Amino acid sequence: MSTQQTEPAKAGPEPRTPAPEPRRRSVTSHARDVKPGFVVKLVLVALVDALGLYGILAAAAVQSWGIVVFLVLALVAVNWVYFSRRMLPGKYLVPGLLFLLVYQLFVMAYTGYVSFTNYGDGHNSTKADAIQAIQVQTERRVEGSPTYPVTVLARGDELALGIVDEDGHVRVGTSAEPLETLDGAQADGDRITGADGFEVLGLAQIAQRQGEITELRVPVSDDASEGSLRTQDGSTGYVYTPSVAYDEAADTFTDLESGTVYTPSRYGTFTAEDGSRLTPGWRVGVGLENYTAMFSDSRLSGPFFTILAWTFAFAILSVVTTFGLGLFLAIVFNDPRVRGRRFYRSLLILPYAFPGFLAALVWRGMLNPRFGFVNEVLLGGADVPWLTDPWLAKLSILLVNLWLGFPYMFLVCTGALQAIPSDVIESARMDGAGAFRVFRSMTLPLLMISVAPLLISSFAFNFNNFTLIYMLTGGGPNFESSPVLVGHTDILISMVYAVAFESGVKQYGLASAVSILIFVIVGAISYAAFRRTKTLEEL
Amino acid sequence: MRRSIPLVAAALGVTLTLAACSGSSDEPTGDASSAAPELTGTLTVWVDETRIDSFKPVAESYQEETGVQLDLVQKASGDIRTDFVTQVPTGEGPDVVIGAHDWTGEFVNNGVVAPVELGDKAGDFAESAITAFAYDGKQYGVPYAIENIALVRNDALLTETPATFDELVAQGKTAGTPFPVVIQQGDQGDAYHLYPLQTSFGAPVFAQAADGSYTPELALGGEAGTAFAAYLAKLGAEKVLDPAIDGDKAKQAFLDGQTPYIVTGPWYAEAFVEAGMDITVLPVPSAGGEEAQPFVGVQGAFISAKTENSVLANDFVTNYLTTEEIQDELYATGGRVPALTASADKIDDEVLAGFNEAGATGAPMPSLPEMGSVWSFWGTTEVQLIGGQATDPAGAWTAMVTNIQGAIDG
Repeated sequence: MSTQQTEPAKAGPEPRTPAPEPRRRSVTSHARDVKPGFVVKLVLVALVDALGLYGILAAAAVQSWGIVVFLVLALVAVNWVYFSRRMLPGKYLVPGLLFLLVYQLFVMAYTGYVSFTNYGDGHNSTKADAIQAIQVQTERRVEGSPTYPVTVLARGDELALGIVDEDGHVRVGTSAEPLETLDGAQADGDRITGADGFEVLGLAQIAQRQGEITELRVPVSDDASEGSLRTQDGSTGYVYTPSVAYDEAADTFTDLESGTVYTPSRYGTFTAEDGSRLTPGWRVGVGLENYTAMFSDSRLSGPFFTILAWTFAFAILSVVTTFGLGLFLAIVFNDPRVRGRRFYRSLLILPYAFPGFLAALVWRGMLNPRFGFVNEVLLGGADVPWLTDPWLAKLSILLVNLWLGFPYMFLVCTGALQAIPSDVIESARMDGAGAFRVFRSMTLPLLMISVAPLLISSFAFNFNNFTLIYMLTGGGPNFESSPVLVGHTDILISMVYAVAFESGVKQYGLASAVSILIFVIVGAISYAAFRRTKTLEEL
Repeated sequence: MRRSIPLVAAALGVTLTLAACSGSSDEPTGDASSAAPELTGTLTVWVDETRIDSFKPVAESYQEETGVQLDLVQKASGDIRTDFVTQVPTGEGPDVVIGAHDWTGEFVNNGVVAPVELGDKAGDFAESAITAFAYDGKQYGVPYAIENIALVRNDALLTETPATFDELVAQGKTAGTPFPVVIQQGDQGDAYHLYPLQTSFGAPVFAQAADGSYTPELALGGEAGTAFAAYLAKLGAEKVLDPAIDGDKAKQAFLDGQTPYIVTGPWYAEAFVEAGMDITVLPVPSAGGEEAQPFVGVQGAFISAKTENSVLANDFVTNYLTTEEIQDELYATGGRVPALTASADKIDDEVLAGFNEAGATGAPMPSLPEMGSVWSFWGTTEVQLIGGQATDPAGAWTAMVTNIQGAIDG
């Protein structure tokens, strides 16, 4: 278990503290105030500026204007804060605030934005991309048409394609003019080597104009239904006819055979009246539908509430068990009568020292019903389905999390216990309180003042403890016959992962909506709990 | 003059910065214009860690021949597919991606892959390899290697193999090993490795059209399907199949001589040969009376829909990867049956020839975009049947078919 701390990284040198008698200093020149620290500051800020400017240029090169604006504002802010004399707190806060903006607020805002769209499989990009993809995907090669070795030519800026027909005639055409026999052209076998008015393009020139070349369609004849010649590799051409046509003015696709008209729907696809769709679609806003889907879509709502309940149970039980064991051990090893306390204490920290995901994987192996250490050695060949029975899997998760989590609680409780003044406890004893009474009425409340916020953060952490679930059970065993692939040990965050990535058809919009919901739940609970801990401090 | 120091300092900082940057900001533009004469162009190719070693020599020889530089970018095999789908629309994607044919459906559905035209060259390839990359009547990838699973026998333990799977289990039990046969499963199940048994009951996942391509019509339900479900439950109860045996454990069991048979692919067979084992590769015997057909997986190259180097990418994929020389080379380094018939005919490795023969009747894995959810539902149900959690095999199988249909209908 680990708690994430985002301390603002302290960058830059210590700010200059004004001299004790600033009022009178105006007589002397400021130039004398330039100290080594100022030079260091100048160099550091110059480095930051250099990095920022590089970022601005790089972002401008790929036309990411949002990033450009942010970097410009950030650079202005940094320069202003560090060269101004009135921004002392800002000098400490700016680096942290900038990172907070980028890594927290931006990510949250973007997740929020995605949650209102239908981003996911089939709605992967923009409408322009979708239209282009539909046009390319529906183009059909004319049946029985031969393969043409083509030559790419240019007349000024205009590109042309040329072929050599069976009789050895050179035929050249452009997108506006159909293929026509061209006199005065030389050919070597099936390649054109020279043509009047045209320039034969070499590989290097072709490489410069690749997009234009692959988009070039040269009609075979005046009759459009005969199709048009195109090349993808600059050397071989085929004749294609489109099977749907896009009408830019009306923003519709028309099937050229059946005449069916596909109009853009509000879900981001071209849809015909009979409901048939052209793929791919594009990303559109769907309002609150991702949020309501969790409650209205029966395929989701069933598992959603089961998982919500287990998520709470898991987070609360994890905190209670780890805190219980940690506190118990802390009290035991806080007693001066225990010998070798240091040794035991450092031994108990060990599980905390292992990376959580590694420990979860090791436990997964040890709990394997047939080959695992627990069943084979500890239980003498028993056949306990630790990870495949719904209830045992839940128990396994809690036990492994207890193993992973109690050292943290042990550490903080040990620290907090040692901070409790011994005279307070002693006076309670003098008043005749028993050991349990002292613990309940004195130690625990005093302990809670410092530990309660950590318990809340531990709850929030476990609420989103994706690593443990994913590594230990993968959410399994899966619900039998459930329409969404989630299991008995899935918590909300691993359900998000299952919906977004594992279910085959990715639904980033829906997954983002669940993420936002998790944020709201955790945020609300933490807020309420922190309010309550304030009352503890008033003891 | 009081305020001037901050201002001067800020100006100085900016000037220093500009001076420092002017050098680097010039470079990109210089690159594009000055290096052009020698280099015709650059193609970015995404390859995962299992394939990159095979493609390094290909990239070198392509540059020598054409002057086009191939930048191979190694991606993690678990991420490459998703990354391609998400990165192509942003313009950050590669020109070409090397992958498996069952990605086709997802790529097409998201509009991230451009069709390729093989023309007459298509006839030079194994038919299943070409149809594997076809989707909705168009070709989207160029194949270079084929792989499938088969039955691998440890010749040190047994030398004869019976014709049906039941007889094989009975025979395997007499071999004096802990397992009669191993088929890898794992917690989430493994429908891929069970598919030969399933098809032997006449329950393929999708109905196939006359030309071998799949129709999106589920065929794994019905009586044949429930018979297979009952058979799985029986094998599970007899402990012939066990969810606790995943890929690594199955491989280790075979290496340790704990089983005479394993159903697996060339990826593990290589390790068996390296370990000096004497093995024979055979088709999986039928369990339900019909022919046991494994899934065939095809490796190939896709071209991004938003590549700015469409001509070069097409030249590399359709004209260069399809040559016999390159297919031979990819076979030599990758150890998979080449998709090009002329190259495949030259194989003299008995193990690979065995896999090739076992795969001759196989059908390509469907590449419908919904396959992801099909796999998960399928594996989950099978593992519940094997593990005994699903007490009513027929009911569990029917519920699975309903759920898969639901997932496909969206």
